[in-house]
Amino acid sequence: MKKTPMDTLFETSRPGRSGFTLPDLDVPEVDCAGILGTMCRENSPRLPEMAEVDVVRHFTGLSKMNFSVDDGFYPLGSCTMKYNPKLNEMAARMPGFSRIHPLQPENTVQGALELMHSLGAMLAEITGMDAVTLQPAAGAHGEQTGLMLIKAWHESRGDMKRTKIIVPDSAHGTNPASASVTGFDVVEVPSDSEGMVDLEALKGLMDDTVAGLMLTNPNTLGIFERHILELTETIHKAGGLVYYDGANANAIVGKVRPGDMGFDVLHLNLHKTFSTPHGGGGPGAGPVGVKAQLVPFLPVPVIAFKDGAYHLEGQNVHPKTIGRIRSFYGNFGVLVRAYTYIMSLGPDGVRDVAEMAVLNANYLAKRLSALYPMAHKGHCMHEFVLNGGPLKAETKVTSLDVAKALIDAGFHPPTVYFPLIVPEALMVEPTETESRETLDRFVEAMETIVAKARQEGPEAFHDLPLTTPVSRPDETTAARKPILTWQFDQE
Amino acid sequence: MSRYIPATEDERRAMLEFVGVESVDEFYSDVPGQVLQKELPRLPKALSEPEMIRHLQGLSRRNKNADDIPCFLGAGAYDHFIPAAVDAIVSRGEFTTSYTPYQPEVAQGTLQAIFQYQTMVCELTGMEVSNASMYEGASATAEAAVMASVVSKRTHILVAKNTHPQTREVIRTYCWSRGLTCEEAPWADGRLDRKAAGDRLAKGDVAALVVQSPNFFGVVEDLEALGALAHENGALFVVNTDLLTLGSIDAPGKYGADIVVGDGQSAGNSLNFGGPAFGFIAVNKPLMRRMPGRICGQTVDREGRRTYVLTLQAREQHIRREKATSNICSNQNLCIVAASVYLSLMGPKGLREIGRQIMAKTAYAVEALERTGKFTRAFPKVPAFRETVLLCDEPVDRLNGRLMDAGILGGYPLGRDYPELANGWLLAVTEQRTKEEIDRLVAVAGGDKR
Repeated sequence: MKKTPMDTLFETSRPGRSGFTLPDLDVPEVDCAGILGTMCRENSPRLPEMAEVDVVRHFTGLSKMNFSVDDGFYPLGSCTMKYNPKLNEMAARMPGFSRIHPLQPENTVQGALELMHSLGAMLAEITGMDAVTLQPAAGAHGEQTGLMLIKAWHESRGDMKRTKIIVPDSAHGTNPASASVTGFDVVEVPSDSEGMVDLEALKGLMDDTVAGLMLTNPNTLGIFERHILELTETIHKAGGLVYYDGANANAIVGKVRPGDMGFDVLHLNLHKTFSTPHGGGGPGAGPVGVKAQLVPFLPVPVIAFKDGAYHLEGQNVHPKTIGRIRSFYGNFGVLVRAYTYIMSLGPDGVRDVAEMAVLNANYLAKRLSALYPMAHKGHCMHEFVLNGGPLKAETKVTSLDVAKALIDAGFHPPTVYFPLIVPEALMVEPTETESRETLDRFVEAMETIVAKARQEGPEAFHDLPLTTPVSRPDETTAARKPILTWQFDQE
Repeated sequence: MSRYIPATEDERRAMLEFVGVESVDEFYSDVPGQVLQKELPRLPKALSEPEMIRHLQGLSRRNKNADDIPCFLGAGAYDHFIPAAVDAIVSRGEFTTSYTPYQPEVAQGTLQAIFQYQTMVCELTGMEVSNASMYEGASATAEAAVMASVVSKRTHILVAKNTHPQTREVIRTYCWSRGLTCEEAPWADGRLDRKAAGDRLAKGDVAALVVQSPNFFGVVEDLEALGALAHENGALFVVNTDLLTLGSIDAPGKYGADIVVGDGQSAGNSLNFGGPAFGFIAVNKPLMRRMPGRICGQTVDREGRRTYVLTLQAREQHIRREKATSNICSNQNLCIVAASVYLSLMGPKGLREIGRQIMAKTAYAVEALERTGKFTRAFPKVPAFRETVLLCDEPVDRLNGRLMDAGILGGYPLGRDYPELANGWLLAVTEQRTKEEIDRLVAVAGGDKR
């Protein structure tokens, strides 16, 4: 990793430099003002002026200030930072996938449509749903789409009073936010002493205003909701639908299907379970799967196979659709990667993913249990949460301090301070793509850090990390006096 | 075990033994027996890497791509040149395989890239604050409409009917789910009908006037007049535009836009059958804390060195949960890195040169098509950029069929969305189209079947 911060593009810029030349114009010249009149831009945007070599060195330098899965272990809980196969990258770059226009005639994109149709069918099989739309651009977009489907279903039955979505207190922040942006009121249901949804409390919330429940299973503590069939039945009896947040699907693919557990609608994060890269925050993809009763409401276009060819069907064929949720068909390049991944795994490979992810997590949890109390009892699924409260009480060293110390040890830290129901939470998800040696090295680093906390106390941690281009940032000033663009006048 | 799992059978057994279980099934003991899958999922047999490549090549070859069929189709996705350096940078694993920059010390690369991108978006749009990206232009526009409704406490959204049909559909979907009413304002002579829009705005209940410029017809709107109209009636002025066009066309911020949104695909991102690319959103400071999505800010570290962090997070879902301004979490980060590399290579002069070539090639193509006697411009009196509406003397689907037979991807048939333009053909000409390709288009479209 680079040791120091870098100049910005704007400081590197030198007037007159350029990184690109176009071919000579091969048709007669025109005058901008003659075409655009007064809308012809006069004041140039202050974009950088740089030679190609300087652009490449700048961005290569930036890349060296990032930690990535290609660099090392990235046990970020609930994010499923597994290895992203290089073959998938090559696939998405084939010109027959990357250089096709979304509005080309259907008969000129049959390969692309077939790929999407097959991917939808494979995801439906893996999750036990009846149909899948590939359009949502991310997990949260999938949640929003799924909640719109729930809303449309209730409205189609003339049941207009269903205004509440129930969300566990351990849920990802996107769950309540998605419910809220879809026009629902959010009602929180507490967890019981084992970290599962409190079934009795849930039953107490049931009335005819409940539109549905959103649930992650395994939940964010990394435990499987043992009462899952009673939970889904409770919601169904009250006339609601149950939404499956697929953020943690890496624990269950090939083992148990949300469709069989009573879920009516779900999303999957292809950038988690299905190995497409996170890209530093996208692009992802959040396909949504539904049971038969919700199929008529799916967003358009719908990809159908009829008369020996693939077609894009619109509202004229699907009159009950919620409509479009984005332009075109989804993050197709991401879909190509996920398709390549599933086809490379096959049926055994998909099951191996979940089993190995869960085995790695249990191995790591057992080894770390000598250092930290666990937020779960018994075995975990694909991830687990360490309770950093006792260490803090004993040594005043926080989970944030531990996270920063892990950076100096060469690891990306786990997710910290989530889920909110565990004090000083450290949420660890090793994934199936890590070897035992990597897990063992992580344990050794944690042992060293905890020993250091006990021997040297919090002062020894305050300046960490030391190996990174910058040390801990002043986030308070960043929020109070926001500087959100380069300040050209300071030059 | 698949090739992506390192554990050997021996290691697996040793790890099970260490944990103290006979088999992995014990980990799934909380799963009710009747739902535990007894059979493997019904999926195709695993393909090795060489087999997979052959399979993908088979699928890929069944698509005609823009390297083989010169693309005169636009309508929201554009074939612009992308320098090799762009893909070289975004292929770097440090950008591709990192997560959202929640640990700033190990993500300064991504954070600085976002900060610089935000600066470039502000320079291009003429606004003060940009976020770190949206999914794409249509949903970004819908988010802007929702944001305007929250800010103005009004419930009606007025969208110009010459906005991209898919953008209007997405706004309608978002409005339905939020309990807002979406209405459309008609166009006249290619531009938004100012009189009709003014009459509707005068009722005083419209949260936002949403226009696109260049609009779906390629026509540049009179933003100054429309901005004034919106503001006179207490509505926010939301302008949807295309990032690349702003190298040549005046910034919407100069004309009073409150929210500028749009697509950035044209700046350094491949067609990708419609995604991934990215959307952008930019506002001025008064609306900064109402914006959806991630924002990167500059601060200092312990030693006073310049450092970047995600900031103003009190707007976001992971802090505010149901009170967040939006649910957006993952956005399109790698695509904005691509755009940043692209814009750095081009610089202001490069963008201007691209604009100059687009205008010259468009003029050349349109005049030559008009000379065939088969085509007339639908809106000759108003300025247009990159796309032009031509009225054709034969059904557009037949025209496009003839072109495809000749290996050319023709323009968008407007009759699908605008019955009043039944023979309307939306022709896109980017800097990529050569004189030879345009001549061939004109020859085939004009009736010569060579």
